[in-house]
Amino acid sequence: MSTTLLRTTGFRSALRAAAPSTSARCAGLAGATFTRGKATLPDLPYDYGALEPAISGKIMELHHSKHHATYVNSLNSFSEQMGAARDSENVAAQIALQPLINFHGGGHLNHTLFWENLAPKSQGGGGAPSGELARAIEGHWGGLGKLQEEMNKALAGIQGSGWAWVVQDAQTGALGVKTYANQDPVVGQFRPILGIDAWEHAYYLQYENRKAEYFKAIWDVVNWKAAEKRYK
Amino acid sequence: MNFTQQLLVPFLYALSWNPTASSEQTCAIDSAPTEYSLPSLPYAYDALAPYISSQIMTLHHSKHHQTYVTNLNKALSLESSLTESADIPTRIANQQAIKFNGGGHINHSLFWKSLVPASSPHADTSNAPNLAKALNADFGGLEKFKDKFSAALLGIQGSGWGWLVKGVENGKLDIVTTKDQDPVEAKYVPILGVDMWEHAYYLQYLNGKADYVKNIWNIINWNEAEVRFEGGRADVFQVLQSKI
Repeated sequence: MSTTLLRTTGFRSALRAAAPSTSARCAGLAGATFTRGKATLPDLPYDYGALEPAISGKIMELHHSKHHATYVNSLNSFSEQMGAARDSENVAAQIALQPLINFHGGGHLNHTLFWENLAPKSQGGGGAPSGELARAIEGHWGGLGKLQEEMNKALAGIQGSGWAWVVQDAQTGALGVKTYANQDPVVGQFRPILGIDAWEHAYYLQYENRKAEYFKAIWDVVNWKAAEKRYK
Repeated sequence: MNFTQQLLVPFLYALSWNPTASSEQTCAIDSAPTEYSLPSLPYAYDALAPYISSQIMTLHHSKHHQTYVTNLNKALSLESSLTESADIPTRIANQQAIKFNGGGHINHSLFWKSLVPASSPHADTSNAPNLAKALNADFGGLEKFKDKFSAALLGIQGSGWGWLVKGVENGKLDIVTTKDQDPVEAKYVPILGVDMWEHAYYLQYLNGKADYVKNIWNIINWNEAEVRFEGGRADVFQVLQSKI
């Protein structure tokens, strides 16, 4: 598995691939993360075992090669059906497909961002943010510890499957913490800065029902450099 | 996140999700409601193997279900202490805690009784003659019902449950799914429920949830399903009368 940080470019193009209008001109970008406008599974920018002990290699392998791959395949399948429904001007079918695009497209977007905002300690994981993001966190929360506390409370309070995100309001620029159900993506008013997966498949093989331990441990492998690049 | 959820998140965390949280909110008062307790499993933890492993059953019952019971009791206790309070946001947030944890307690209590070791006579569909007739009438047969029910289970996005239900008004069978720990609506009698949260299968089946759904048919308690089909909601929910 590639360990080069240049994969970041590939991640970005993979994200764009989810939008049909931009997929064609993005084809051929570095990483070959999709072909002919189809979303493809991005490579992890680190080995499956590289996030241990915070996240086990077995979890990472299943999470990436099975769960994320299923979202990608399903997104492509339903996108194709959506195209056919548009061609035949079948409005009812288009509406019926929207929740499936939201779920599987959201799963693809969320996981792609998640892999990117994690990193092994040897590649800068853990620690603290710097620069403008660090100043914004200090201004909003009064310190990284308070942000982590709010994120962990939000994660623990999710009833069912979902994600917690540090988001930036695209209009006001303000930071905040928001939770999203299932695979609902962070789109529209809010910009994703840092996401943590609270689905049981993200931690259960290692932490079982003790999810609070997972939420605590994951800060050791947060890639603040990726978060800083997303902050505007 | 909506307003209620925003209020709820820190509240739930402080109340229950933090294993180190203090229990000061659970102080007993005179008007405190009776407490619910974890019902015993009607079989051993390893009795459903190889279809559901002993490890899954142990965690699912002794940890997950226990947590719903514990947090339901905390929420009911808080509700009781808030009845004179003008702190409406807290009271609203607590309603969601009751729904989630109460639903978790209801759903799991029904689930355990819906399952039975494969070697038990009750695992045979011949125990449900009247339900079988209704499945024929409403789904075109047992196999067609199983196919439709399995498809509904696999179509759940996120955490949730699939249920065979009977309409309270018309007695008609139907398949419904409920998200997270939402309980089955009052207009239905739950006949058979299957837990599709990942904690119900992941340690054994990993991402292969279709195999979990396929295998669970070996351990369905058709005798219990027949009893529920013949009865009403009051009969079904007798399982919840395990109060202290």
